[in-house]
Amino acid sequence: MFESAQALSRQFAALRSSADFWSLRHVREISEHYRVRRNVALPPSFGEDCGAMLTVRIAGVEAYAATSDLTLAGLQAALERAEHMARALAGHALLEVRELPVPTGEADDVAPGYERPLAGPSHWFEVLGAESARVPQDARLVDWSAGLGVSCVEQIYLNSAGACLRRAQRFVYPELSVTASDGHDSQSRSLGGFNFGQQGGAEVVERIGLVGAAPRVADEALQLLLAPNTPSGPLDLLLMPDQMVLQIHESIGHPLELDRILGDERNYAGTSFVRLEDFGRYQYGSPLLDVTFDPGRPEELASYRHDDDGTPARREYLIRGGILQRPLGGALSQLRTGLPGVACSRACSWNRAPIDRMANLNVEPGDRSLAQLIGGIERGILMSTNRSWSIDDARNKFQFGCEWGQLIENGELKGVVKNPNYRGISAHFWRSLAAVGDASTVEVLGTPYCGKGEPNQAVRVGHASPACVFKTIDVFGGAA
Amino acid sequence: MNAREHFHALLDSLRPLLHADEGFTLDYRAEVSEFVRFNRARVRQAGQVQQIFATLALYLGERHARFELSLTGVAEEDRARLRHALERLRAVVPALAPDPYLRLNREPWRSEAAQPTALPDSDAAIGQIVEASEGLDLVGIYTAGPQYHGFASSWGALGWHAASSFNFDWSLFHANGQAVKSAYAGQRWDALAFARRMASAREQLEYLGRPARTLAPGDYRAYLAPAALDEILDMLSGGFSAQALASGGSPLQRLFAGQAQLSPLLHLHERINGGLAPAFTSEGPRQDLRLLAGGLPGERLVSSRSAAEHGLTANGAGAHEYPLSPVVTGGELEETNILASLDTGLYIGNLWYLNFSDRPAGRLTGMTRFATFWVENGQLHAPVNTMRFDDSVFSFLGHHLEALTREPEMILPAGTYGARQSGSRTLPGALLGRFTLTL
Repeated sequence: MFESAQALSRQFAALRSSADFWSLRHVREISEHYRVRRNVALPPSFGEDCGAMLTVRIAGVEAYAATSDLTLAGLQAALERAEHMARALAGHALLEVRELPVPTGEADDVAPGYERPLAGPSHWFEVLGAESARVPQDARLVDWSAGLGVSCVEQIYLNSAGACLRRAQRFVYPELSVTASDGHDSQSRSLGGFNFGQQGGAEVVERIGLVGAAPRVADEALQLLLAPNTPSGPLDLLLMPDQMVLQIHESIGHPLELDRILGDERNYAGTSFVRLEDFGRYQYGSPLLDVTFDPGRPEELASYRHDDDGTPARREYLIRGGILQRPLGGALSQLRTGLPGVACSRACSWNRAPIDRMANLNVEPGDRSLAQLIGGIERGILMSTNRSWSIDDARNKFQFGCEWGQLIENGELKGVVKNPNYRGISAHFWRSLAAVGDASTVEVLGTPYCGKGEPNQAVRVGHASPACVFKTIDVFGGAA
Repeated sequence: MNAREHFHALLDSLRPLLHADEGFTLDYRAEVSEFVRFNRARVRQAGQVQQIFATLALYLGERHARFELSLTGVAEEDRARLRHALERLRAVVPALAPDPYLRLNREPWRSEAAQPTALPDSDAAIGQIVEASEGLDLVGIYTAGPQYHGFASSWGALGWHAASSFNFDWSLFHANGQAVKSAYAGQRWDALAFARRMASAREQLEYLGRPARTLAPGDYRAYLAPAALDEILDMLSGGFSAQALASGGSPLQRLFAGQAQLSPLLHLHERINGGLAPAFTSEGPRQDLRLLAGGLPGERLVSSRSAAEHGLTANGAGAHEYPLSPVVTGGELEETNILASLDTGLYIGNLWYLNFSDRPAGRLTGMTRFATFWVENGQLHAPVNTMRFDDSVFSFLGHHLEALTREPEMILPAGTYGARQSGSRTLPGALLGRFTLTL
């Protein structure tokens, strides 16, 4: 662990700069991917990615240079390129960063179990192959696969004020999906979509229930193929955690990112329907809605002690009792707005600069069991596992689709329906939150593919959520 | 660093390390990129990224695996990294199961293209951008620098592609929140050409100042500008994949099964010449392909794996089976007659955040964004507040497609996930008799 730390520290100490402040963020990621598709083991892939970003501040202007050349000469050259760029931007820069806080701490943030090794390729191909073989033989089951991705990421942050922040994390992404087709229609069912990733080791595979799941997932794909289309109309909507993930992500997470509200992302990722003056007073959801930024849940994908700019991270309420409390904004955005934020300035790797990102964004549990949630619905629909997402650039008008739908009548689950979609407007949707599941309904999920930024970056985010009920939502099926 | 020399030095160091029964492929991608972000017509964030990635695949009979690694550009260090990757693969590959779908192209082939790598003067370009956007609310990104792509195999394949380019992708925002999007990309920064683009964007911005119109959900006549049609084609691109068609994952499966139709006006080709993507993939030299002919299904994109699995013939498509430089043939609609032909309806400058609402049925949803106007009697009338569409391509690009514009426009990708994208799409605008808005 942190094999290159000593050498890197020596090289950093040897760098020469006339900048007011400079920092280095070194990232090393080692990854492996295994997949068995239709009982055939695909060739595995491995990866090792290593590089560093040098950032300088000169007369209030900040610029960066990233390089995979980690020799002293390579780092020095990158530092000088960053300096050149900062000087060239004098007079053109939007921001004055002279007052931006400078981290000075030292800390090692090693995820629990990080040093416990994982099994090798033979073991994982055996596990995945066995799961693939459990898919029943049926000509309508045209495609299926079981997969596992593992990434170990070590990051070292050093700066000219003496900070040394080291972090080591391992991410595990199990996957299972089955597609049924009759030549005209196709329906897929999966284990949580791509949202079952967690930090940890082999226990993640057990925790999400990959082993033994294939027969059920295949049966559900066939059920969907034979199911009627989802009816259209206003219905009460019970969202399971693997759809709540997407709902939280798109219509709470992104709208609360301060750099969007400040307009940085308007050319690409978009803006927000939330305004700076809304914090502290805006009725975001019903009084049942409590949402936290929680970097402390060990298995969740974006748990950490410091963000990528070195700001210490701690749990904060973003929405409490339905009222908007604070934004998702790191130190720079806090400086720009004067608003309290959270430690969420993050980058996907060494070659991209940190920007405001949601990290672990969780809906806090309520007091209803799943049976009580279902029992409280007279006419509604349960939806599970996201498969389609689309929302406007202000993160307001959305339309989402799920893999699995099941009608609810008079407090009981009824028949399966396919192509379950729903649409709404963020600013109204969360106010229709009518019941929140208790801790027994909570699942810890997340995605490794949250896209944003120019240049683009995909980062890991975690979402833990209970099942939730929303009143009178516009529901509809597919064209089939 | 001379990237071509670096790539060949890696190859030279790799070949002697191979055992007699082993084969390899080496994919090489490098770039030196400047990224300058703008907000409110000032520089918000700026930097430079130098990166080199190689993917080494080791073959032992029908067993194989691959290793992607970052390189430094320093010869000695990179030789060591490559040797480490080879040893790691050598420790794994013999224990793997044979791959029944391995049909690697083992023909020797050569493809080399290197465009002049004169870099734009970024300092000057940034200065011009700031000056030209004085008084405007401009937000966007300027990207510039060289990109390199190499491929080689132990069976004699060698591909090299080098190009230097810039891409300035920006939006101008009106105080009312409406925006117009524009782009200026190429290989040589031309101050006058940039000024013309900026003037055109300024002109559209004036229309956006009119009171916005809110439309009710329903069916409307519509014109999709090339940038909007590009978003549609992006969603459909995976539909030509042989693998997707065989496994129920294609949005065009009903078209290829003869159960649904597209408009006879639609002709779509994957064309090598004129596009900006390398003329090769890891499967070998790319081929010109006819994907749609008069709305009827043409060739599929077939990688060697799909060919082996589904009994087809490989046609140079990459492993992901996406078109890299698709071209939609232009039609009969003169650009000067777009508004008159639309008469009353929606002029849609761009679409955004598309996804499938029913993939097998070819049904898509997405949002209007940037320069979308209500047109009455052939005149721009008012900007339109953001609206969602949800419609099947077999409807709006089927019997409701009325015309395509005469001159297709080349659209360069601004995407930079992991690395700067290098493909291109060439598309006309499309006049639709009916387009369904839902929210």
